[in-house]
Amino acid sequence: MRSDKFTSAPLGLKLAAAGGLLFLHLPLLLIFLYAFTTEEKSYQFPPPGLTLKWFAVTWERADVWQALWLSVRVASISTMIALVLGTLCAAAVSQTRFFGRETISLLVILPIALPGIITGIALRSAFSLADIPFSFWTIVLGHATFCIVVVYNNAVARFRRVSGSLMEASMDLGANGFQTFRYIILPNIGTALLAGGMLAFALSFDEVIVTTFTGGQQSTLPIWMLQELIRPRQRPVTNVVAMVVVIVTFLPILGAYYLTRDGDQIAGSGK
Amino acid sequence: MTAAVLFENVSRHFGAVRAVDAVDLAVAEGEFFAMLGPSGSGKTTCLRLMAGFEQPTAGHIEIFGETAEGVPPYRRSVNTVFQDYALFPHLSILDNVAYGLMVKGVAREERRKAAEDALAMVKLPGYGVRRPGQLSGGQRQRVALARALVNKPKVLLLDEPLGALDLKLREQMQEELKSLQKSLGITFVFVTHDQGEALSMADRIAVFNDGRIQQLGTPEEVYKQPRTRFVADFVGSSNILPPEFVAQLGAAPQFASLRPEAISLGQSGNGRLVLDGTVLSRSFLGAANRVLVNVNGTRINVMSPAAALIPAEGDPVKLSFDRTDLHLMEAAS
Repeated sequence: MRSDKFTSAPLGLKLAAAGGLLFLHLPLLLIFLYAFTTEEKSYQFPPPGLTLKWFAVTWERADVWQALWLSVRVASISTMIALVLGTLCAAAVSQTRFFGRETISLLVILPIALPGIITGIALRSAFSLADIPFSFWTIVLGHATFCIVVVYNNAVARFRRVSGSLMEASMDLGANGFQTFRYIILPNIGTALLAGGMLAFALSFDEVIVTTFTGGQQSTLPIWMLQELIRPRQRPVTNVVAMVVVIVTFLPILGAYYLTRDGDQIAGSGK
Repeated sequence: MTAAVLFENVSRHFGAVRAVDAVDLAVAEGEFFAMLGPSGSGKTTCLRLMAGFEQPTAGHIEIFGETAEGVPPYRRSVNTVFQDYALFPHLSILDNVAYGLMVKGVAREERRKAAEDALAMVKLPGYGVRRPGQLSGGQRQRVALARALVNKPKVLLLDEPLGALDLKLREQMQEELKSLQKSLGITFVFVTHDQGEALSMADRIAVFNDGRIQQLGTPEEVYKQPRTRFVADFVGSSNILPPEFVAQLGAAPQFASLRPEAISLGQSGNGRLVLDGTVLSRSFLGAANRVLVNVNGTRINVMSPAAALIPAEGDPVKLSFDRTDLHLMEAAS
């Protein structure tokens, strides 16, 4: 352990760090600011006046609600698929040894390493080859490819820390597979799954690229925003929606951060 | 009488590795049975075959007369105390102990009471509210024991349960385990690599090497009449005399074992065999002295009482022992 006085940085480094953080986050504040501007054609700085009317206008717009609802449904279903498949896959890879285990591990992680545009084009060609029309489910499939990775990564790390003899002990004491999962595995990997699920939800919720290729004519919220920026009417409405997206995505990620942090302590006591 | 655990020609192969190779054994009901051997000798795999975590590649296993092959661990009337204890970190000690009853659907109050009784039996009353992380190694070991015994198993399997404890605690637990086994009358099958532990605790010992049983017998038989060179060497320490040397002593030209404590330094009559040699080295062990003697190029270890007079290094010395202590062994190791 180093004490705090040794970790104190020189002023220049502090300024640089502050500058970096400001550069990352000031633009976000600008987005928030323009949600309240009275001027709707261009982003003029400083805003000529402040108003809350865009919140009311946004509330009235049916297209916003449609996009939001589609996004929420897609993110929820993709996350659920990812939770089930990601957990099963993590269990298989971390608890058993079989031929091709490393390969499967790599193949599962690959979609998040590939550029989204590749995944998107690949899925689109596959759908059109198989004559699958674009629908809600094509978007869900696209999102599930990278949601699974997030859940898998979280679950596999936790599974490795859950000693294999815990499961054997449970079976030995008379619990069948289902009971062992319910009483032993789930409590030990629960926080990891919650964290992975939240991260997956957030990723799906603001996904643009893959959705562009697999969504057809449907607009999820991020796609809707993109279209609004290109053909603006009531520009600040986009900013209001952007604010909502930031908040909706930020909260689960914050939650995931805290859960995995606490999870370390819980799982670490297993020794 | 039906055997508590019966192995008939049981093998468990992992690819080309013969972890367990054609093992026959019968553990009697109420017996304290030890499986002794170095790591990788197949003793733990045998235990896992009994628990149901492994299935035999060939052969037949019975537990109290019932075929065990294909029966999953949760349908066997055996319970295991694991080497790393495997306590559930997210459950309290009481819930850990009551786990087996909980999954069997025993009512909350009843299983609570049974768990508390079991904790009292292993001398941890009132520890139920704690978590495994708050207990010492010795305490966790007792919890693991209580968690297994609360299910009233017909056979209790113990996988090196004392391996992680320090010497003092280990000796104390040896006593406790033995008296617990006597008072409960449950068959204990115990895996250990510590020959002292096996000798002091077990009713019978199976000595394992390379997936096979080298010898099966009471501690006395195994110690005094080792059947093979491996057993003589692994159980206690023994002088293993080559066939030529044995032939000079007037016995059949076979490998023979001679326990160091059976040899006395100096002359003593009454028809004992006498050898001449020189002292190579000597070390003081507290209760005894260990003296290494060179007899015509064969090194012989002698365990001599601390009170006895020990000649200095390089001095000539006479060794004597009773002919009956020279134990001939089978040719194959």
